[in-house]
Amino acid sequence: MIMDADQTTVIERDYLIGRVEEFKKQGYRLVQLNCTKVGETYEINYSFDLDYQFRNLKIMVDGQTEVPSISGIYWGAFIYENEMHDLFGIRVVGMNVDFGGNLFRTAKKNPFANPTFRGEEPCPGE
Amino acid sequence: MSRRIIVPFGPQHPVLPEPIHLDLVLQDERVVEAIPSIGYIHRGLETLVAKREYPEYVYIAERTCGICSFIHGMTYCQAVEQVMNLEVPERALYLRTIWSEYSRMHSHLLWLGLFADAIGFENLFMASWRLRESVLDVLEETTGGRVIQGSCKVGGVRRDIPGETLDRMVGDLAGFERDFKEIANVFLRDESIIARTRGVGVLSHGDAYHLGAVGPTARGSGVAIDLRKTGYAAYGKIHFKPVVETDGDCYARCAVRVKEVFSSIDIVRQAAAKIPEGEIEVKPKGNPNGECFSRAEQPRGELVHYVKGDGSRHLVRSRIRTPTLTNVPPLVKMLAGCELADVPVIVLSIDPCIGCMER
Repeated sequence: MIMDADQTTVIERDYLIGRVEEFKKQGYRLVQLNCTKVGETYEINYSFDLDYQFRNLKIMVDGQTEVPSISGIYWGAFIYENEMHDLFGIRVVGMNVDFGGNLFRTAKKNPFANPTFRGEEPCPGE
Repeated sequence: MSRRIIVPFGPQHPVLPEPIHLDLVLQDERVVEAIPSIGYIHRGLETLVAKREYPEYVYIAERTCGICSFIHGMTYCQAVEQVMNLEVPERALYLRTIWSEYSRMHSHLLWLGLFADAIGFENLFMASWRLRESVLDVLEETTGGRVIQGSCKVGGVRRDIPGETLDRMVGDLAGFERDFKEIANVFLRDESIIARTRGVGVLSHGDAYHLGAVGPTARGSGVAIDLRKTGYAAYGKIHFKPVVETDGDCYARCAVRVKEVFSSIDIVRQAAAKIPEGEIEVKPKGNPNGECFSRAEQPRGELVHYVKGDGSRHLVRSRIRTPTLTNVPPLVKMLAGCELADVPVIVLSIDPCIGCMER
């Protein structure tokens, strides 16, 4: 196989911690977390790898829903969870290292939640 | 009992070509905790998928990094090709492999020079970068660009490498290998380098794996993860073993990079010997509709490009998970307990690419 097949399982938010714990017990490493805004829904992907076998969990939440942190299971997840919070405004609860919105020092708060571009609206200061 | 103080490290620091900030909590001269801050040069490149059509976005993807730009472009193209079920011609896959390895060689030589500079070995810095120039010359000759190659596209590559050029490249590798052996010998055996790097910034095998370390940072701790073994591009037809060291210190991470340059030379030779004749691209039809995670081995480690399309010319989402971002938690771990004077060497030992990380 040249490329990873998209091994995605869509789950409810309430089952997230239990499923992530299963991955940890089986020896998977955390590859990444990412967030995608589709309409008013935020898709959050949790990706894992074991011996080059790629697995992905996906939850879908709205902008107000609190998402449990997996940093208690995978310590290094804090970097992705703070990123999701800072760029998308996702409310992640229970992060082991919480930067309080200061990991990414962007000029605009949560810039990926409602991205705008130069030309579509005035840039700050213009 | 000594007081704890906080010493800021960066965002401007002589060993940092790009800005990252660490709050170092010190007790005497020892680091108790390191708290990173990033985002000083965040560019929001990922959101540009809304402004650029999917074939154009490869130019954005390439500009994620000024060192491993080719591999960014290739990984993005792989993701789109997977979504669109495009079968890339085999010659293009081999060309991608060759350019990827030249990118790795120039990136590792760049890092080796910076590392030598960080520990005060100016002559070694100059020797490393002098040799790197010859790699950049090959990239410029074959792609048209020294830093941003622009040679990868959805469906294949833009330029071919003529057979006689390929033969000359392989012939020149003998001289390059001979010159690099001299430099490698210094990096691996010089007493002053060993004194600055042995036992410094140790990351255990378990921490490297569970904290998500990738690339030489992981392989220096005995974690044999090398995404090239998944067989993307033409790597499935090339014989090589991931370079692994087990000590987990700065010396081990340096040794991995040194040995990977030799590995890259061998991979280029194999690819040049096996590359078939044929087309170098297929034309994509339609628009991407679906999602895919594409992974590749950058000089700094595992790179992930995620794309999601809805059948239009513009992707819904491009997500780039760079190796430096995932190497930050391991860096925090290896800094805890080190001497303040060792912080610059440890930070540099993960080969941080902040431009990549800030996307």
